[in-house]
Amino acid sequence: MSNLLGLEVKKVTETPPEEVERVKNWINSEEYKEKNFARQALVINPAHACQPLGAQLAAHGFEGTLPFVHGSQGCASYYRSTLNRHFREPAPAVSDSMTEDSAVFGGQNNLHEGLENAVALYKPKMIAVFTSCMPEVIGDDLTAFIKNARQKAHIPKDLPVPFANTPSFNGTHIHGYDSMLVSILQYLTEGKQIEGRCTGKLNLIPGCDFNTGDYREYKRILKEFGVPYTILADIGDTFDSPCDGTYNIYAGGTKLEDAADSINGKATIAIGPYATPKTFTWLKDHYSGKHVSLPMPMGIEKTDALIMKIAELFGKEVPASLKNERGRAVDAMTDSQQYMHGKKFAVYGDPDYLMGYVSFLLEMGARPHHILCSRGSKKAEKELQALLDGSMYGNGCKIYMNKDLWHLRSLVVTDPVDAIIGDTHGKFAARDAKVPLFRFGFPIFDRVNKHRYPLIGYQGVINMVTEICNKFIDIKDDTCEDRFFEMMR
Amino acid sequence: MSDKIRKIEGITKESTEAMIADALSVYPEKARKKRAPHLGANDQAAGSACVKSNKKTVPGVMSARGCAYAGAKGVVWGPIRDMVHVSHGPVGCGWYSWGTRRNLVTGINGVTQFAMQFTSDFQEKDIVYGGDKKLKTLLAEAVDLFPLAKGISVLSECPVGLIGDDINSVAKQSAKELDIPIIPCNCEGFRGVSQSLGHHISNDTIRDYIIETREFAEPSSPYDIALIGDYNIGGDVWSAKSLLEEIGLNVKSVWTGDGELEKIAATHTVKLNLIHCYRSMNYMCKVMEEKYGIPWLEFNFFGPTKIRESLRAIGARFDDTIKEKVELAIAKYEPIMQAIIDEYKPRLDGKKVMLLVGGLRPRHTIGAYEDLGMDCVGSGYEFAHTDDYDRTSPEMPDATVVYDDPSEYEFEKFAHALKPDLIGSGIKEKYVFQKMGIPFRQMHSWDYSGPYHGYNGFEIFARDVDMAVNSPTWKLVKAPF
Repeated sequence: MSNLLGLEVKKVTETPPEEVERVKNWINSEEYKEKNFARQALVINPAHACQPLGAQLAAHGFEGTLPFVHGSQGCASYYRSTLNRHFREPAPAVSDSMTEDSAVFGGQNNLHEGLENAVALYKPKMIAVFTSCMPEVIGDDLTAFIKNARQKAHIPKDLPVPFANTPSFNGTHIHGYDSMLVSILQYLTEGKQIEGRCTGKLNLIPGCDFNTGDYREYKRILKEFGVPYTILADIGDTFDSPCDGTYNIYAGGTKLEDAADSINGKATIAIGPYATPKTFTWLKDHYSGKHVSLPMPMGIEKTDALIMKIAELFGKEVPASLKNERGRAVDAMTDSQQYMHGKKFAVYGDPDYLMGYVSFLLEMGARPHHILCSRGSKKAEKELQALLDGSMYGNGCKIYMNKDLWHLRSLVVTDPVDAIIGDTHGKFAARDAKVPLFRFGFPIFDRVNKHRYPLIGYQGVINMVTEICNKFIDIKDDTCEDRFFEMMR
Repeated sequence: MSDKIRKIEGITKESTEAMIADALSVYPEKARKKRAPHLGANDQAAGSACVKSNKKTVPGVMSARGCAYAGAKGVVWGPIRDMVHVSHGPVGCGWYSWGTRRNLVTGINGVTQFAMQFTSDFQEKDIVYGGDKKLKTLLAEAVDLFPLAKGISVLSECPVGLIGDDINSVAKQSAKELDIPIIPCNCEGFRGVSQSLGHHISNDTIRDYIIETREFAEPSSPYDIALIGDYNIGGDVWSAKSLLEEIGLNVKSVWTGDGELEKIAATHTVKLNLIHCYRSMNYMCKVMEEKYGIPWLEFNFFGPTKIRESLRAIGARFDDTIKEKVELAIAKYEPIMQAIIDEYKPRLDGKKVMLLVGGLRPRHTIGAYEDLGMDCVGSGYEFAHTDDYDRTSPEMPDATVVYDDPSEYEFEKFAHALKPDLIGSGIKEKYVFQKMGIPFRQMHSWDYSGPYHGYNGFEIFARDVDMAVNSPTWKLVKAPF
């Protein structure tokens, strides 16, 4: 008998349809919601990934940079395919394929061999090393390993090889982004600070942002201002490269010399305080010029804050073109506020995105009724609460920290909303609640080109207003009685 | 299998070997030595593997491979619809593999099917103090919240094995307390060299924990079969199953696409196991053959030529009633297939395709391309073994290149040299080649289309290949200025 467990051999059973019906209704009940919220250990449908994914994103933001996963090879395949699916773009990265023997002997040999091969095959200008679980558990010493690699000539003497420890059992993708970014900047700026030198440039850190349209929008705004800039780290072209018959493995990214010189900048704005706290803390102590941390400029008020800050830092007037743009965005809002006013939303995502969604919704007179963060902090909760408290439309809205999308499902089926804002993973909850899902976050696997439409800035406001209001109008057209189906909306 | 030697104009053993040598020339010596045996020119007459396989990936080369966990979660266990599959460890692995393989399921999400992401979301303290307690708690929570789940699989991620947790003993104890099958699967990603070991480990856990714990309620029949190694990508199982039923067979269980745990547990009573993906499930076919005397038969449901051969081979294992139904089915579908070929072949004839997929399609789909008049000029696998390459050789034209676990560098080099009209591979490769202006279809996920299995599937396959190769968008890639 291969029935090793010595279990009684039972008949194959079918669950009776009435029992299926009972459970189907039960999972939509208040009773189930309570049980669901009482979970202590099981996480179901989390809205966050692990650190190395964010680290890889940061690495892609630098010119000629090859992301290098020190760990099991499956990890690299997972990060790459996630980025491929979201951007519909290549995401070249290598791993050093640690296996069982590395668990015993450590991963130094894999790292050395991997670095040497990666240099030979992919000719990078920089290799950004980050870790997945295995080396973190066994305690690999990357400082020593990389130093040894240089000594043994596995890598050229002058090839930058920054590294970040990005354990997956701590934090989320945004923390990995931060760790990799600060490590790259520390490496590249080492010894580059020149007394009295000022590049005259603004360093802009967009944070762990997976929307290439946002990067283009930041650049456009700065061009309107006539403010020279360095984006740290710029994935805008990396993940939005032209299809012209050639494949460029390093399609974009901040120039390494610009990144190195960023330490001599006139000012630095870090966008998204939750995505880059380590980077910002470090550069405050090391970078020349002024340093400012601002929320993601989503919605009018938060965009205004960025525009005014740029004007202030560079002693410039806000250009007429941007003033007009603001006016157009507000025009879009006032023209269509009636389609969003009072509508209830459930929103989830990374803290920086959440601040933006909530701010924008309140400006439109909509209610961010359920606000859910898969991995948040007390600080983020307080800031969200302050946003809610600042508007009558925030009354009765509730924040759920460290909850997952199965919790979200319970919320939207017991206390309904008109729509959900989040990433593709919320589509099951949205379907069960029979409401639309506005895909504004990361990842978006099931719609095309979303990453090309900015959410930040005044243009982002117009994009969000257009998408949301037109969807509500579509729903009305699709569901209204014939006698109410009319030309005007 | 083809019995004649097929040649492709312009491709000789020498040209292929020169292309391989060129691709290898950039490697450091150690890596070159490691990679060389994995690249070769097919010797169709010999009909056996011309490359080494199932070896460690060379570090730093950008492999398409995944890991043992991916083989367990994504391939074998994940598709079973009525179980809770717990990705045990940190949050990432389960999140990345959540809904991305397109193994479709029937049922009601969260009620009767559980195509969701369950994880223990390990934190630092779980690494330090171990995750066994957390596992015990979450198993009880899963049973509480999902009362219609028929079982739970616990799929270990890397840290679990490294910190010395004992999921087997937790599973055993909890299974008893909660009165539900709980299957511990030690499929940490660092084990083995690819997804393949994950398949094997998972097969072993089915053997150890599942098989023979159930029997079918209805009386058995001489036509009871199991469909093995079909994962219902884009609905493949539904297409294959209806065809098998049409020829008079009872498909008692499916491993594991849209699979049901209890039916899988009762598979030891079927009369024949029909295996599509040999690589991922030959282990259990061999076990069932040894233990229960169930014969198994490999078959191929891609394209009318292979479907016809396969249906007749299947029919040969049964009596005349089945054989007659097989002929009836062939007679019914062949004119429909011919109409499809008549429509698409004129646009695809003589076009060249290169493949790099998992453990079955690099050989099984060749016939379907050939039905459309296309030639396969290069093929390879991410995680195949020698027996897969043995089976590939007769299908591939002579002297064409065979590559095992190629680096993206090699794959690009070969594509530059061979200038295929279509590449069939995965998401990581797709956009690389599309940037070059080479038409591409994802051949793991059917590029969000499918099914491709069975007669129904061929119509969709032919349409998809045609739209990829002949899309007018490719003509716009080169700017006129």
